[in-house]
Amino acid sequence: MSSVDFTWLIGGPQGSGVESGANIFSKVCAEMGYQIFGKREFYSNIKGEHSYFTVRVSDQQIRSNVNDVTLMVSFDAETIFRHFNEVSSNGGIIYDSELEDVNTEGVRSLDSPFKERLHKYLESKNKPFTIGGVLEIAKEKGVNLYPVSFKKILENLAQETDNPKLRSLIRMYNVIGVSLSLGLIKMPSDSLFRSIDTIFSKKRQIAEINKQAANYSYNYASKFENFDHSLTGTTKEPHTILVQGHYGTSIGKMVAGCRFQSYYPITPASDESDYLESHQILEVQNNRPGSTAVIQTEDEISAIGMMIGAALTGTRSSTSTSGPGFALMTEAIGWAGINEVPIVITLYQRSGPSTGLPTRHGQDDLLFAVHAGAGDFPKIVYASGDIEESFYDTGRCFNYADVFQIPVIHMMDKFLSSSVVTCKRFDPNKITIDRGKLLDKVEGEYKRFAFTDDGISPRSRLGLDNGIFWNTGDESDEYGHISEDPVERIKMMDKRMSRLDLALKRIPDEEQVISFGAHKHTIISWGSTKGPILDAISMLKKEGIDMGFIQIKLIHPFPTDLVKSLLKDTKIIIDIEANHSGQLGQIFKQNVLKDINYSILKYSGRGMTSTEIFDSLKKIVENKADKREVLSHGA
Amino acid sequence: MALKLADYKTDVHNDWCPGCGDFGIVNALQMALAEMGIERDKATIFSGIGCSGKTSHFINTYGVHTLHGRVLTFAQGGKLANPEMTVVAVGGDGDGLGIGAGHFVAAGRRNVDMTYIIFDNGVYGLTKGQASPTLKLGEQTKSLASPNTNYDVNPIGLAVASGFTFVARGYSYDVRHLKDLIIKAVKHKGLAFLDVLQPCPTYNDINTRDWYAGVDLAQESIERHSRIYKLEDTQFDPLVHYDDEVEVNEKLSQALIKSLEWGTKIPIGVFYQNELISPYSIRLKDQIPNYLENPPAKQKISENGLPITNVSKILDSLEV
Repeated sequence: MSSVDFTWLIGGPQGSGVESGANIFSKVCAEMGYQIFGKREFYSNIKGEHSYFTVRVSDQQIRSNVNDVTLMVSFDAETIFRHFNEVSSNGGIIYDSELEDVNTEGVRSLDSPFKERLHKYLESKNKPFTIGGVLEIAKEKGVNLYPVSFKKILENLAQETDNPKLRSLIRMYNVIGVSLSLGLIKMPSDSLFRSIDTIFSKKRQIAEINKQAANYSYNYASKFENFDHSLTGTTKEPHTILVQGHYGTSIGKMVAGCRFQSYYPITPASDESDYLESHQILEVQNNRPGSTAVIQTEDEISAIGMMIGAALTGTRSSTSTSGPGFALMTEAIGWAGINEVPIVITLYQRSGPSTGLPTRHGQDDLLFAVHAGAGDFPKIVYASGDIEESFYDTGRCFNYADVFQIPVIHMMDKFLSSSVVTCKRFDPNKITIDRGKLLDKVEGEYKRFAFTDDGISPRSRLGLDNGIFWNTGDESDEYGHISEDPVERIKMMDKRMSRLDLALKRIPDEEQVISFGAHKHTIISWGSTKGPILDAISMLKKEGIDMGFIQIKLIHPFPTDLVKSLLKDTKIIIDIEANHSGQLGQIFKQNVLKDINYSILKYSGRGMTSTEIFDSLKKIVENKADKREVLSHGA
Repeated sequence: MALKLADYKTDVHNDWCPGCGDFGIVNALQMALAEMGIERDKATIFSGIGCSGKTSHFINTYGVHTLHGRVLTFAQGGKLANPEMTVVAVGGDGDGLGIGAGHFVAAGRRNVDMTYIIFDNGVYGLTKGQASPTLKLGEQTKSLASPNTNYDVNPIGLAVASGFTFVARGYSYDVRHLKDLIIKAVKHKGLAFLDVLQPCPTYNDINTRDWYAGVDLAQESIERHSRIYKLEDTQFDPLVHYDDEVEVNEKLSQALIKSLEWGTKIPIGVFYQNELISPYSIRLKDQIPNYLENPPAKQKISENGLPITNVSKILDSLEV
């Protein structure tokens, strides 16, 4: 058992500082040596709709959220209505006491399906439809309630500091909420003040006011009693970093030498491009500064077109998008395929179809990525399981693209992008750069698409001396000129398609699939389910249950033989994915010619928790599960 | 060794219809490249889809035959990554003003230093003669089942409104004049647009070579005359001389008004030129001071297979 396993939840209307509150909390806990797994949920909305952030804190490695919340802090009514039942029996709720009489009709952003469910529940418990009503339920369950008048805190603070302006500064409710929480759990306060300083480093005055509020609230809450949980700090792992979801691929791109990124704004992918642009000038060892040209285009078609144009000059080029944008790129992916252009598309998936749940999680686009584009052409589809992995995988993706001269689609998702986690400091020295057959000079006659033994032709780049070539989306001859000759056509198709086998042969096994052990029961999965699966497996282990797990990273071409050999002693195969149809399962069946025994799927738009995976796995082991377990936790 | 016109020709079989206006454009482009002495491996011709899309295969420089409507996107990406290259994009009016119209407008706003030539013939030739964006409302070319139901796009007007900083029109049968226009366009600092009137002898039986030559007007006048006239032979001054709102607006307006002239008199030549608007490369340079000396395509990213980008400061800031 880990000695500390604590989940904190903060909620409020979008735009009220929930995210910065959570950032302060995470930073403080991380500085005090804890491991963090934070997760943000929000509506497709700028201001007003409910957003919340859960931060799980532990002194052991954690890779996921759990269902139970230990401490919830809220300065609005909606958070309480939506989350009161998640707080565990000896947990706590810090809430604004001014809200006790608010009823569900008073919260306009509560949607009717939710309200109906809540009303039915409250009726069954014989409680009024008010904050007071739901809090009674929590109290009966054993949750500690900490009513605080946020308004009074500001008033008292204004009086104490002789600064009447503070009275109306409700923007500080988030900092007050965080500080109350930290006071309650007895976290040393210096780190709190440092974090506030960092976050408001450009606004000294605001930092000061916030620190006063923080100090006041912290002391206020430390007077509360009866809370079983305290987080007073633990031994810090050296070289721990606190990162947001897109940092892995962003910093990975800088290190891998991506120097051109074109993009069109889309959630949740554009954070990466914004980050690259705000760190556009790059320090380069023994060299003048480098830079990433980050170009915002008129649409995703232009983003991929520009990126291909840039890649043809020999520049490592990329774009980052999500499902709907990726859909617009498919024609050009085929063009890159037939022209053997190395490009990397970072695909931050979200819930589809169409606009779907634009700010919610889903692993909906695996089959789409594998099949994107008209016609038969080779590509690589590669999936990262967590943020740390995504840093190193970004380096690999650029190498695959260069070495095999094909488009690479790097699968990421919203679960990863809106996580905030602690992990080991990225090590750039573990990234290698292999540009394959990219030429620095050309001598003699040059044929861009020359037939070679390994099916890969030396690659010139636009502007290189004597390296003239042609490209066309039509079938072509070795020079790149249009050819409709049936014999050449067969040779060209075979040449391009041979890359798939070549990739399987040359990419090391450990980059294709990670085996966390195979047992009688073994999970197959891909992407961001990795964290909650590993945590669920540890939970099972504590109950004496062995569960295997094969994380498939290279999804196309599919490493059939490797997967088969890893699963040779497995009797029960369990597919876990955040989509409706079990897309990896379909690819698995098609290639391995074996059935999936159980599927654990989630398509509510919310990420999986280790708790719910654990519950389903346990049912499977006990032979009580449905063939298709559908998960639904999360507001 | 000085390059000759022949050096810019490939031996790829040209399968355009006999009498096609495209020949004039590809000749003018090759002549322009030769006259400017641009090294073959320092130029890239990007092309769209359709008959005009094949252009890049006939010119002995780097040639990138892209996707329908997307030629400007590929070309801009190439130029931004390697700004030392001379970039010319070509495509049909359907390609650039139909499927690619969004990119046309966005490219104007960006003003990347390159040239875009539209082969403007009013029909989709390669798909057998459907109406294209520049065909006039109510006109019925040979293979149309009924008269065209859409109003025509004004390419010059659209270019001027979208921010192109060099806007001109040429005629594919006046190859020398067209060659001179291409040279001006390539030398222009910013995005240059050339609308080239190009009869399609197979599918456009309205705007034919004879029509442009004014043969139908000949009976009314003793002297057979052409519909086409050159702006430079008139008092028309397309150049924005100083950075002043009144001056710019006047030059934009006169270009737009001139672009509406059609029928018995059709102007060719430069309609508008403004070098006072910064090309995109300069805007990038404001963000990345050494962008032009060390553009994406020239940057060193590794040594002995290892990365040389130093991200320690970023990682330090993330350490807890």
